[in-house]
Amino acid sequence: MNFTLQLRKKRVNRSFMGSLLLFGFLAIVGAFMALPLVYAINAAFKPLDEIFLFPPTLFVRNPTMTNFIDLMTLLGNSWVPFSRYIFNTVFITGVGVVGHVLLASAAAYPLAKYNFPGKEILFTTVVLSLMFTPQVTAIPNYMVMSWIGFIDSYWAVIVPAFAFPLGLYLMKQFMEQIPDALLEAAKIDGASEYRIFWQVVMPNVKPAWMTLVILLFQILWATDGNGFIYSEQLKTLHFASNQIIQGGIARAGVGAAVALILMSVPITLFVFTQSKIIETMATSGMKD
Amino acid sequence: MSNVITKQKQNPVTMTAKPSLGPQSWWEINWQSMKANKHGYVLMAPYMLLFLMFTVLPVLMSVIISFTYFNMLEFPKFIGWQNYSRLFLEDDIFLIAVKNTMLFAAITGPVSYLACFLFAWIINELQPKLRAFMTLIFYAPSISGNVFFIWLLIFSGDRYGIANGFLIKWSFILEPIQWLKTEHYMLAIIILVQLWLSLGTGFLVFIAGLQTVDKTLYEAGAVDGIKNRWQELWYITLPSMRPQLMFGAVIQLTTAFAVADVSINLAGFPSVNYAAETIVTHLMDFGTIRFEMGFASAIATVLFTLMVGTNLIVQRLLRKVGE
Repeated sequence: MNFTLQLRKKRVNRSFMGSLLLFGFLAIVGAFMALPLVYAINAAFKPLDEIFLFPPTLFVRNPTMTNFIDLMTLLGNSWVPFSRYIFNTVFITGVGVVGHVLLASAAAYPLAKYNFPGKEILFTTVVLSLMFTPQVTAIPNYMVMSWIGFIDSYWAVIVPAFAFPLGLYLMKQFMEQIPDALLEAAKIDGASEYRIFWQVVMPNVKPAWMTLVILLFQILWATDGNGFIYSEQLKTLHFASNQIIQGGIARAGVGAAVALILMSVPITLFVFTQSKIIETMATSGMKD
Repeated sequence: MSNVITKQKQNPVTMTAKPSLGPQSWWEINWQSMKANKHGYVLMAPYMLLFLMFTVLPVLMSVIISFTYFNMLEFPKFIGWQNYSRLFLEDDIFLIAVKNTMLFAAITGPVSYLACFLFAWIINELQPKLRAFMTLIFYAPSISGNVFFIWLLIFSGDRYGIANGFLIKWSFILEPIQWLKTEHYMLAIIILVQLWLSLGTGFLVFIAGLQTVDKTLYEAGAVDGIKNRWQELWYITLPSMRPQLMFGAVIQLTTAFAVADVSINLAGFPSVNYAAETIVTHLMDFGTIRFEMGFASAIATVLFTLMVGTNLIVQRLLRKVGE
C-alpha cells in the first residue's frame, strides 16, 4: 500500500487493469461517436465517383473541392440570393441570443438573490417547463403567434427564444453563488438595484453568458423557421441546406459539403467556450 | 408568515421596507415585501411575460382545446372526453406510437443517462488537454445540427451504403438490406442514432459536476479504507453529485420522449407501415397535415402528462439515492 502510494502520488486507488478496461472502452465508444462525423467530413471532399464506390471507403482518396464549387454554382442559381439565407440565420441567431442573455439574466437576478411573494411558484413553473419539449405547445403557439401577428416574420422564432427556460434556470443557479457581501457593499456605496445588476452582477456571471450563448446559438442556428416562416426571402440557412440535402443521390456530395459548413460554426464556438461552459454547468444541480 | 420575515433577515439587501408599527396581517406583510422588491418584479417582467405567453398559456390552451372539436376555421365546439376515447379506443396507430415512444424512452432514456455519467466519469480521469478533446468528441454530434443525415448514407439501402458495403464485402450478407424500410431494423437504427445524439447538456453537466467534487474527500476516503475506484465512485462521487444527477435526469428523460426528427429524417414520414411512428410524429400528422386541432391537442396533452409525470417520479426516486 505504501509502495503504490509512492509510485503514483496523484492518484490513489487506481489499479492498472481497471484503467486499461475503462480507457479501452472510452476509446472504442469514442471511435463510434467520431466516425460518422469523420465520414461526413470525408464525404464533403469526395468526388462523386468515390461516394458511389463499391466497396465503400471511409476516407477520401482523391480529395477535391468539386462539391464546394458545385455548391457555389447551385447557390448562384437559387431564386433568392443565397446571402439572404445567411443574413436571415445570422439575424435570427444574433438578435435571439443577445435578447435571451439580457432578459434571462435580468429575470435570474431577483430569483437568485431576493425573496419576494411569488418567487417559489415562478421558479417551480420554469423547472416544470424543462420537463417537456416545445412540440407539446406547437399548436396553441401557432394560434398565439397569429393573434399577435408574428406569422411569417423573424419574430415568430426570435421572441419565444428570448424566454428559453433552460437559460434562465442555469443563470439563476450560477448567480446564487455570487457572495451577498458584494451586493451589500454596492448597496452601501449607494448604487441602485438596476445599477447593481448591470455593473456588479453581470460582469461576475460572464461564464454563464457564454453558456447561454452556445445553448441558444445551436438551437437558433439550426432552426428551419418552426413552421412559422413561409416567405422564401425570410427562410433560414438550415431550411435551404435541408432542401439541398433532400435533393437525394445526385446531391449527396453537395449535401455533405453544406452540412460540413453548417456544423463547423457551432463546433468552433464550443471549442473556444468549453471551459466557461463547464464552469457554469457545475452550479446547475437541482436542490432537494 | 414568520417565514417571510426570517427569509428577509437572511438577506439584508431586501431590508429597505420601512418597519411599520403594530400587528400586521399576512396580506400587509406580503404587500410590504412586494413593494420592497419592486425592482425585482421590474427586472423579471419582460422575461416572465414572454414565458407566460409562449410556454404557460399554450399548455393551458392545449388542455382546453383537447376537449373540443376544432378545425381552425369554425369556432371550437365542446365535445367532452370524445377526443381521448377516440385516441385510446379507436386509433390503432396511436397505440403503435405510444408503444414506440415508450420503447425509445425506456431504452434511450436510461442508457443515455448512464452513458453520459460513465463517459464523463472516465474522461474526468484524463489530463486537461485530452479531457477537453474527448469532451468535444462526445459532445459534437449533439450540436452539429442536421448532420445526422450522414446515417442515411451509412444505412442506405443499396450496396454503396457503408453498412451494406462492408457486410457484403466480408460476405455476411449476399444482397443489400433495406435497413430503413424494414420494420424490425428501423427501430434499432433510430435508437442507435438517438443515442449517438444524446450526449448533450446532461453530459456537460456531469463533466462539470465531477470537477467540483471536493478533492480532499478522496484522500480522506483512502485513509478510511476505500480500496478501489468503484468504492470511491459509490461512496464519495455519486453522493456528492446528487444535484447534478437530478438535473441531468430531467434533460435526458425529456429528450428521450420527444423522438421525432430522427424518425422523420431516417424512416420517412409516415414510415413504412407506421413502424417508426412516435407520439410526436402522430401529433404532427394531425396538427400540421389533417388540421384536427382538438384531436392533436389531446395527443399533446397525453405527451405532456407522460413527460412531466415520468420526470416527477424519477426525481422522487433519485432524491432517495444515497439516503
